[in-house]
Amino acid sequence: MGIKILTEHINVPGIETLEVYRKHGGYRSVEKALKTMTPDEVVEEVKTSGLRGRGGAGFPAGMKWSFLAKPEGIPRYLVCNADESEPGTFKDRVFMEKNPHALIEGMITSSYALGANTSYIYIRGELLFILRILEKAIAEAYAAGLLGKNILGSGYDLDLHVAPGGGAYICGEETALLESLEGKRGNPRNKPPFPAVKGLFQSPTVVNNVETIASVPWIVNNTGAEYAKIGVGRSTGTKLISASGNINRPGVYEIELGVPVEEFIYSDEYCGGIWKGKQLKAVVPGGSSVPILPADLIMKTAAGEQRLMTYESLSDGGFVSGSMLGSGAFIVFDEDQCIVRNTWNYARFYHHESCGQCSPCREGTGWMERVLHRIEHGHGHQQDIDLLVSVAKQIEGNTICPLGDAAAWPVASAIRHFREEFEWHIKHPQEAIAPGAVYRGQLAAATV
Amino acid sequence: MAKITFDGIEVEVEDGTTILQAARKIGGDVVPPAMCFYTPLKGSGGKCRVCLVKVTQGSARDPRPMPKLVASCITPVQDGMVVENTTNEDVLNARKGIVEMLLINHPLDCPICDQAGECDLQNLSYEHGVSATRYEEPRRTFNKIDLGPYIQLHMTRCILCYRCVYTADQITEKRVHGVLGRGDAAEIGTYIENVIDNDFSGNVIDVCPVGALTDKTWRFKNRVWFTKPLNAHRDCPTCSGKVTLWSRGDAVLRVTARKDEYAEVEEFICNTCRFDKKEVSDWTIEGPRNIDRGSVISANHYELPVINVPIVPNLPKSTVKKMPTE
Repeated sequence: MGIKILTEHINVPGIETLEVYRKHGGYRSVEKALKTMTPDEVVEEVKTSGLRGRGGAGFPAGMKWSFLAKPEGIPRYLVCNADESEPGTFKDRVFMEKNPHALIEGMITSSYALGANTSYIYIRGELLFILRILEKAIAEAYAAGLLGKNILGSGYDLDLHVAPGGGAYICGEETALLESLEGKRGNPRNKPPFPAVKGLFQSPTVVNNVETIASVPWIVNNTGAEYAKIGVGRSTGTKLISASGNINRPGVYEIELGVPVEEFIYSDEYCGGIWKGKQLKAVVPGGSSVPILPADLIMKTAAGEQRLMTYESLSDGGFVSGSMLGSGAFIVFDEDQCIVRNTWNYARFYHHESCGQCSPCREGTGWMERVLHRIEHGHGHQQDIDLLVSVAKQIEGNTICPLGDAAAWPVASAIRHFREEFEWHIKHPQEAIAPGAVYRGQLAAATV
Repeated sequence: MAKITFDGIEVEVEDGTTILQAARKIGGDVVPPAMCFYTPLKGSGGKCRVCLVKVTQGSARDPRPMPKLVASCITPVQDGMVVENTTNEDVLNARKGIVEMLLINHPLDCPICDQAGECDLQNLSYEHGVSATRYEEPRRTFNKIDLGPYIQLHMTRCILCYRCVYTADQITEKRVHGVLGRGDAAEIGTYIENVIDNDFSGNVIDVCPVGALTDKTWRFKNRVWFTKPLNAHRDCPTCSGKVTLWSRGDAVLRVTARKDEYAEVEEFICNTCRFDKKEVSDWTIEGPRNIDRGSVISANHYELPVINVPIVPNLPKSTVKKMPTE
């Protein structure tokens, strides 16, 4: 068992109450930071820790914090992105539901580091029951003097609000989230200006994922240098992985970055192997928007090295033979899963969730979905495969926000690695539309 | 001041100018097209993505290239920036791809569209589009929405540039229409059936780059290229009263604001001028208006007669101007 930073006390009965949480060392970081450290020292610790954004992009959190503009007389904001809606990701939800105070503690410490006096937790609309849990915990924190005016007698004020979204995937994009938080239509903004300069209410803002913020208290308590010792290379610390799909033990696991992928799938400590002892077909290692990888490429990189659960190792080989750690949604497919159907499912999701602001994404996501629908339902043509590749390329990189890329990558990668399966669907429509029909040719070839 | 190199041409502009405005200062063929950006409207731009350009050198201080293509209409220039537009194949390919995206759900009903002849999308697709579609599915349709006696909405033609939304926000007192829905189901509408009714509502027609919002008082009266544009003015208590009249014979068929070569209005006009003053006697005629804008269909009309017009794909805006006139 590796070190547990986020989930150590998650199953303690009553941890959602302030009393139990404090008994287990809760809010120590608030006391330490507010009483003995300057805000810049906290930022420095986070920088030293090498903590990277856990929302998907993996941008160093300390660096993001140091970019925050600090003009005189203008408020600054910290916004916690709890709009977790990437298909396959459910780590933040479990974390907030079980241990709301851990997030609040992180919010206080981080807000102090950034000099924010008002902070927001933007929570996904479907998670209203967690909103209630958080609000209850926030009320407890206010009553204990951990929020509000003059926190713990340090002279630092902080108001923390929880705001629910309407359940749109696009509002997880940081600028769309800010628009939505301001009460507007959740359209991503054009960048520049970046939120660090003009964010919420045109003021400098930092937007961080739940898990990123929740990692800060440990860093403050145990120093950034200790945090940097965990993990491999530039992937420091621990990461919550939402494991789902055809595995024996789906769920949220906290891993030290650097666990081999093979161990993660087959070890009884984690996923516990493929369900019913079937053969592994493919893995989406970081949430629906990252490229899918076939079994051989997820275990070993193209260069033959063992693939590890780190930002660098998973993206080794670029998009030709690699993928991304993303938000840590580890989706496993066994031999009975149809890649075409799955790709269509993803495309349908992005088609539904595109905000419709910029043309390549608005039109392209729908186009890809319709073509994939056609292939899956036995009406595909041979040229459709190249059409999909071309449309994906037309979207990728040309949109305002990363949703366009997120829609294009799964389609492009599925075709890159499972082209034969698409071709089989088109050549044998009658067989392909039969319930439960799956192309096994490629799989057999890989085993031999 | 910032000095930038655009397609190999050096130009000096004020700090904070966007790449697109810098290119417009050069003018001619190098100017990237723009479907959603509109200079008089604050906050417009960045949506249609046809103005994408490649920045090969960020600035003199930081010469790294920008990793992705950037929307030239919203990206400010930096001193020493090097930008490629028509000289970069990636840019042209990306633009071609985006024009295709804009057209897959467009009804292509130019023969019955009042905007034909002065339509930005029409010009764009002649210059950057492909001759055949790869889109087999049915094109999307919308329920009809009635916006009142003056403005006709054809949602199927809309490219969601948001210009009309910004116009209503910024020059009228109350905006009653907006973008509803999301993704490719997004549409311009009033949610609860409502008339766009205020003194300046007609300007949404002028800013529309396609035929989605057209003038009901001009609907199906004539084709743009048969009408003669005249500059005229009147003493108007609400607006400047400076307009362009589009006439045929003695009849004034349409009144619009005066637009420059990028289809941007010089001054917004009021509804009285636009919809109610359709008599020559209402106006003081200043003289014929020279239309600088090249458009595919108007090429033969606004310019002096051109003989041997080259085949369509080779007909960018300014080549027509440069051709021998007699």
